[in-house]
Amino acid sequence: MLEIAQVTKAFADGAGVNHTALEQVELSIGEHEIVSLVGTSGCGKSTLLRLVSGLEKPSGGRVLLQGRSVTGPSPAVGMVFQEPRLMPWLIVAENIRLALLDLPRQEQEYRIAEVLEKVGLSGFARALPRQLSGGMAQRVAIARALVRRPSVLLLDEPFSALDSFTRLKLQEHLAELWEQERFTLLLVTHDVEEAVLLSDRVVILRGHPGRVHKILDVELPRPRRRTAAEVQGLKEEIISTLDLS
Amino acid sequence: MTVTSLSQREAALHAPRPFGRLVAPHLSGLRAFLLPLGLLLAWQGLSSAGLFPDYLLPAPAAVYGELATLAAKGELVAHIAITFWRVALGFATGALAATLLGALIGYSRTARDYLDPTLQALKAVPSLAWVPLFILWFGIFETSKIALIAVGVFFPVYLNLMSGIQSTDRKLVEVAQVNNLSRIDLIRRILIPATLPSYLTGLRSGLALGWMFVIAAELMGASQGLGFLMVDGQMTGRPAIIIGALLLFAVAGKLSDALIAAVGRSLTAWQDGFASSQERANA
Repeated sequence: MLEIAQVTKAFADGAGVNHTALEQVELSIGEHEIVSLVGTSGCGKSTLLRLVSGLEKPSGGRVLLQGRSVTGPSPAVGMVFQEPRLMPWLIVAENIRLALLDLPRQEQEYRIAEVLEKVGLSGFARALPRQLSGGMAQRVAIARALVRRPSVLLLDEPFSALDSFTRLKLQEHLAELWEQERFTLLLVTHDVEEAVLLSDRVVILRGHPGRVHKILDVELPRPRRRTAAEVQGLKEEIISTLDLS
Repeated sequence: MTVTSLSQREAALHAPRPFGRLVAPHLSGLRAFLLPLGLLLAWQGLSSAGLFPDYLLPAPAAVYGELATLAAKGELVAHIAITFWRVALGFATGALAATLLGALIGYSRTARDYLDPTLQALKAVPSLAWVPLFILWFGIFETSKIALIAVGVFFPVYLNLMSGIQSTDRKLVEVAQVNNLSRIDLIRRILIPATLPSYLTGLRSGLALGWMFVIAAELMGASQGLGFLMVDGQMTGRPAIIIGALLLFAVAGKLSDALIAAVGRSLTAWQDGFASSQERANA
């Protein structure tokens, strides 16, 4: 349902010199699939996510969502950044409403209540972002991305700024949300274990400019245990692949 | 993030404000009066001891007496009123122009390219240098004074607003893009609140300059106002009048600034800065 076809992305720097971030990236993602993008920093994995979100336009090639070319952000694609990016002057409910402004007021209220329930923050609709912990703020960001019931959810290193316990909790929570909603999930992460635990496939990007180096299938039943030998084995395999560069 | 910590946070969110929080502001407000009161007492004491010559620095009681006489004749209120009126009118004019231009130039790249360099060049002209031209254009009465004050107010408001809009966090603007916010919603829900703190800073510095320029204008030629009162005191050798007018300026400036600051605080209560952490520590 999501096709990344021969995508190349180049940025002009201040001096007008072009730098290629991604070259000839080819990737096809199926409905309800969870795919992780891993790679050393600077390999263009965040850029790839931004291309799928419509925030950036490819220099060459195409991004197709359900057969149609992605030309800009759309409600069918939800995006969560590394930081929660909540407006500090808006209470939680109003932050989520930002994703719903084109809907009727009644529908907005209903959806806000529903999504807050889903992420376990029903009591916090009227809280200001500064009153939330880091993990709670990121849950609000996930709620804002899910409230349009997108068919694709994009996560750009969503848990990397959290402490390890909160990170584990949110990983479990994300897996639960996926069980309920069955969105297609594209996840950029530094955390190889996270990639193995959550994904159906792990895409390893490498080099400057970044290219798809290897795609690993993770054919393990869910829920997966962190300590399972297969999980640890795949983790080792990915890390050694990354180390070769 | 366990279930208990969540419910604890939730409880804290809805908890009534502790009693200390209600009392503390009044106490810390009183603290502000200690220093001026102390200085006043010391001044009175030293004057009574004959340390300052009367014709240079009269005692507070003498200053008060002089002001009371003026007030009894009804002149003091008239002087204060006209000065306030000039500042208010000049501030309103300057701040309005600065708000319109600052918003336009901060938001639109095209407007910035065309207009900002010229405004920056005009900023380089010391505001008092406009006086001869304004007197030539607008005469020696109210209009030239208001124009001078407006010019003084304009630049800090303009600069703060424009740079505030431009330095709005790109990451938050991206959230607007991802969610396909309309231009109006982007401005209303993101740009205006993000810019408000620096806009308020601009208004406060603008107001301070407004008070500065009203004195300049009144010193140069006026028949009424606090600045005129000071010139009059100097001409007639009455230092008590000059000092009285100085004190009134201090009070007026402080009060008008406190007004903007209070409005600003209620609009930017979401801010989580050093001041709010001190408030929490006191509560």
